[in-house]
Amino acid sequence: MSDVILEARDVYKTFHISAGAFRGKRPLHAVNGVSLKVHRGEVLGLVGESGCGKTTLAKMLLGLLDPSGGELLIEGEPVGGAHRLHTARLIQPIFQDPYSSLNPRKSVGAIITLPLKVQNDPNPETWRGRVEDILDLVGLPKRVYGNYPNQLSGGQRQRVAVARALINRPQVVICDEPTSALDVSVQSQILNLLQDLRTELGLTYVLISHNLAVVEHMATRMAVMYLGRVVEEGESQDLFKNPQHPYTRALLQSVLTPEPDLGIPDAHLGAVYPNPVDPPSGCTFHPRCVDVMPRCSSEAPCAIPTGSGHVECHLYDADAAA
Amino acid sequence: METILEVDGLTVDIPVAAGMLHAVRDVSFTVRRGETLCIVGESGCGKSLTSLAIMGLLPRKAIRTARRLSFEGVALDGLSERRMGDLRGNRMAMIFQEPMTSLNPSYTIGNQLEEMLKRHRKASTREARERAIFLLEKVGITSAASRLSQYPHQLSGGLRQRVMIAMTLMCDPDLLMADEPTTALDVTIQAQILLLLADLQREFNMGLILITHDLGIVARVADRVAVMYAGQIVESGTVKQIFENPTHPYTQGLLECIPIPGKTPPGAHLGSIPGIVPALVGEQRGCGFAERCGYAETECAARAVDFRAAPDAGHVYRCVLTPDRSAANHRAGSAV
Repeated sequence: MSDVILEARDVYKTFHISAGAFRGKRPLHAVNGVSLKVHRGEVLGLVGESGCGKTTLAKMLLGLLDPSGGELLIEGEPVGGAHRLHTARLIQPIFQDPYSSLNPRKSVGAIITLPLKVQNDPNPETWRGRVEDILDLVGLPKRVYGNYPNQLSGGQRQRVAVARALINRPQVVICDEPTSALDVSVQSQILNLLQDLRTELGLTYVLISHNLAVVEHMATRMAVMYLGRVVEEGESQDLFKNPQHPYTRALLQSVLTPEPDLGIPDAHLGAVYPNPVDPPSGCTFHPRCVDVMPRCSSEAPCAIPTGSGHVECHLYDADAAA
Repeated sequence: METILEVDGLTVDIPVAAGMLHAVRDVSFTVRRGETLCIVGESGCGKSLTSLAIMGLLPRKAIRTARRLSFEGVALDGLSERRMGDLRGNRMAMIFQEPMTSLNPSYTIGNQLEEMLKRHRKASTREARERAIFLLEKVGITSAASRLSQYPHQLSGGLRQRVMIAMTLMCDPDLLMADEPTTALDVTIQAQILLLLADLQREFNMGLILITHDLGIVARVADRVAVMYAGQIVESGTVKQIFENPTHPYTQGLLECIPIPGKTPPGAHLGSIPGIVPALVGEQRGCGFAERCGYAETECAARAVDFRAAPDAGHVYRCVLTPDRSAANHRAGSAV
């Protein structure tokens, strides 16, 4: 398990957005110095509120966006750029909404064959057979080959998206909210499928979701993002049992489990999510934090190692405890 | 508690190209003042159409029939559009799912809030403005007065949903219907909005119908629950009855589908309900769940299944299985 398959080294992504007419552009640090290592066979859960940079990070991992700074490596080689095709062979996405991620004018067969074409696969005569094999693998009947996406249910469409991602046998699959557009009973089918495929094909997943119950169920490691930074990272069991960062605690408290006696949690996150163009000083979480200290607003915390990962919070500074 | 809404035998049929779509079939429930009823079900089960039917907002083609549909003693089915318009937004109000699309982008927040009071109460602009500021503060929006001149696109999703809630409260309604009020929002905001709804409901002593597919929300906010499947209510009871003693195979299946942190072992296989929702076009015979149910018998598909009472008072379910049999199935796991 020590084999690092995907690595982000101090990655930045800055967008320049218009601040209004005649006011020029202002920088938005969507991803602000993220370092992560994903080991082969792991499921890394990436959680955080909308706008925290999860999807930007995922797009950079896929080579769809170039980082403004830092390095992204897959199997030790840089992601994207001149290696675009190579990257695409190793890492593939599954998107949230199977109603918009599949081209409505192409048949299921054509959708799943496209990655083979793009990779200039040398044996076109085997394509049909391989597509049918992968359809079988994701639990779809062979007869959907000629169907169009609008003839399929949401769960079936998501299976087509999974098949398309896996046709070139990638090493890593980025699942960006893979089940949030689906019904409960279908969601569990897709999660079971993803679990089975992982053991069968030895896949590594990066799972982006705001459904923490799903992340807890699937992920072996978990990274919590807030305003472009990973504020806590560790083995998901440790993180769920013993969250360190106040933000992680608040997130976990907000999960509504189906237990009737507990009532609605109040995570005391009062203030709204800050504007990422104008982030708070010091620790960016301090305006919403329940354990805020004077130094939080002036000094950004650095990474402090925990049992299985790290946390960025002044609560755990060695000198603060001493 | 005083009953404010009584629905008995509500049916919605929609003529489509392939025949008649029986979207809502014989749905009955009541809502009392101060009570929260959760209608839970998957997409296409008719939960949203049920609420639209009560509000009189169905598509024009749809045919609504009911043995009884009364709101505070007034029969809704005989009302003219004008009288219905007087009730809607005034005595009964609705929060829609998408705060992005349910606010008018070309009017300011203030305009849209004030309109409610002006239309229903013939209030002056100043009165309406004061009420709008009061309610925006109530739903937790800071510097409310300055927000009134903003347009919806200038607000975040959470704030827009708060504006929607404030808008429904303008006329102090007796019944509030919320259709997936938090689906588009982050978990942290979701908890805040639900907490807010629960507080406001207590304060204004409203009846609340919450429509959702999220069993976590249902467990935390409902007093009573109605589980819908294929246009029918298949099980209803108090929140404790439904979650501790689910009796219909569909309810049992749904509860096994969701991972529960701390209870479901991570990585273990989740329960699932095989098959897909039946098409509701054309004549419907037998139990709608029969095709996907692991315990279906031949008679299930042949004739309509009636409600059966579970041992606890007020807990009913639509299945041929006896309560004992069903409970044994549930203990054995894998409902389907």
